[in-house]
Amino acid sequence: VTAAETAGRSGRRLAPSTCRCFGDAAGDRSTHFGFETVPEAEKAKKVYKVFENVAHHYDTMNDAMSLGIHRLWKDALLHAMHPQPGAQLLDVAGGTGDIAFRFLEYVRSQRERQRRRAEDGEEAGPRESGAVVCDINKEMLKVGKRRADSAGVTAGLSWVAGDAEELPFDDDQFDIYTVAFGIRNVTHIDQALKEALRVLKPGGRFMCLEFSKVTNPVLARLYDAYSFNVIPALGEVIAADWKSYQYLVESIRKFPDQEEFKFMIEDAGFFCVKYYNLTGGVVALHSGFKL
Amino acid sequence: MSLSSLGRSCWRFSRLRCTFTPKGMSLFSWLCVNWNTPSPVHRSVCVKRVHGSTSVFTDRCYEGLYPGHIHTTALQKTLLAVGSGVAALHDPYRHDMVAVLGETTGHLALMNLRDKMRNDPEGFTILAERPRIRLSTLDLKEMASLPDGSLGREYLRFLEDNHVTPDSRADVKFVDDEELAYVMQRYREVHDLLHTLLGMPTNMLGEVAVKWFEAAQTGLPMCALGAVLGPLRLNASRLQSLFTSLGPWALQNGRRARCVLSIFYERRWAQSIEDLRQELNIQTPPVTLTATKRRNI
Repeated sequence: VTAAETAGRSGRRLAPSTCRCFGDAAGDRSTHFGFETVPEAEKAKKVYKVFENVAHHYDTMNDAMSLGIHRLWKDALLHAMHPQPGAQLLDVAGGTGDIAFRFLEYVRSQRERQRRRAEDGEEAGPRESGAVVCDINKEMLKVGKRRADSAGVTAGLSWVAGDAEELPFDDDQFDIYTVAFGIRNVTHIDQALKEALRVLKPGGRFMCLEFSKVTNPVLARLYDAYSFNVIPALGEVIAADWKSYQYLVESIRKFPDQEEFKFMIEDAGFFCVKYYNLTGGVVALHSGFKL
Repeated sequence: MSLSSLGRSCWRFSRLRCTFTPKGMSLFSWLCVNWNTPSPVHRSVCVKRVHGSTSVFTDRCYEGLYPGHIHTTALQKTLLAVGSGVAALHDPYRHDMVAVLGETTGHLALMNLRDKMRNDPEGFTILAERPRIRLSTLDLKEMASLPDGSLGREYLRFLEDNHVTPDSRADVKFVDDEELAYVMQRYREVHDLLHTLLGMPTNMLGEVAVKWFEAAQTGLPMCALGAVLGPLRLNASRLQSLFTSLGPWALQNGRRARCVLSIFYERRWAQSIEDLRQELNIQTPPVTLTATKRRNI
């Protein structure tokens, strides 16, 4: 954690997508922003604006939109991760800190369990676990820090502003890289996956929770009706922001399905890539290893 | 999908009650097709009008019929109406929710108001010229120099005493007709002028009195709801004042007054308030209320 913290503080950079566009005429290339088509250089700015607007209602809206089920999805991620004391986590697009808090709680209870089983005098483990929350959006990080402060969680937790496509960390730093409901907002997903490979230690694990394609056709219709009707209306009523939630719902439809994303992860260089469908495919948990 | 067939499906959404299930199609699948229409179909047509926008929500290049317009299906409007109603009841100071409630429930009343305006020569001019009441369009210095008792001077005094500004009115978002959206916007911007005309401050009693007047005048369901539920937040003495004098006066005058949206206020700043009241057929209020701090019940 200390090394990552130092790297984070000294290597912190501003969003580099605008710098890259001067080099390779990316202004001509377009990408999707929900169902809109926008120049690539603009997408990052628009996404930043969306999350700046929603940051203060983010957690309330998550509970309202998913009826609290997002907590179960995140718990499932931690259960699949099964982190051991001493593990170093990088949570990218981790904004308000949900994964990082759960991670620290999990390793704490694992450590307690180890201590209870340990013979008298034996040390529980060589290192403390640490979680680094990295997010491009400062408003989201502010909300996360406030939550951490009010919950009294500070040990082993650090907050870094950074771009998933160009992480401000050295190579081979982390045991686990997670990205929960964030990777679909990245302009160049393949770049983010390459960065994930770079910062993971050999043997490290990549885990991604993301909305995906619902397999059952009846459930798919209900899910579409719910997504396009209820969610933007909830966004307007709770957060006074219809358009941001319209974007969020559309961005889910533009994201590749389970198999395609699995191929993308394999292309980036990960091995043993698997995915698990949660809630009938509403959410998919992808996992891969750096060998 | 062509624009004409898109238009037909949009019309179908708003007239959902009147449509029927085509032969050979189960009700469930028909419902799925008509209620579940992904907004992408509409947005993908509108999006072609957007070029080079530099921010997510820009006025210059916009989707929809007017800046800020968000197209919604009948189901979405219903959800918004219910949600905003609950939110507004929970916190009456969420003006944006009151605004959304008004927009999603006011279609018939807005059409009625628009027709009234069209049938009035001054109202017709307003619909043609589309004036807006904002700080940027008002000449505050000139209004301050007008004599006491004139509309402009008293309006300015009202804004100062009650610490309000005409720019705090939310923009219309969910009305799917550009002219009706203007009528709604005009109603919002005229609201403060109504306070001035009726001599009502912005405390709870004053707001309820104005709501009773507006409910009788406009027939907007949001006004009626506010008129019915607003008194719940008044104490006993104010309730008495409302039911015995202010309320009947507001209702009576709301019914018989000329349509307040058909007055080109921007050209009448120098006119005396008494004169304007007579012209509109509004009696002087029976009780004089003074401006107090906001949130005073």
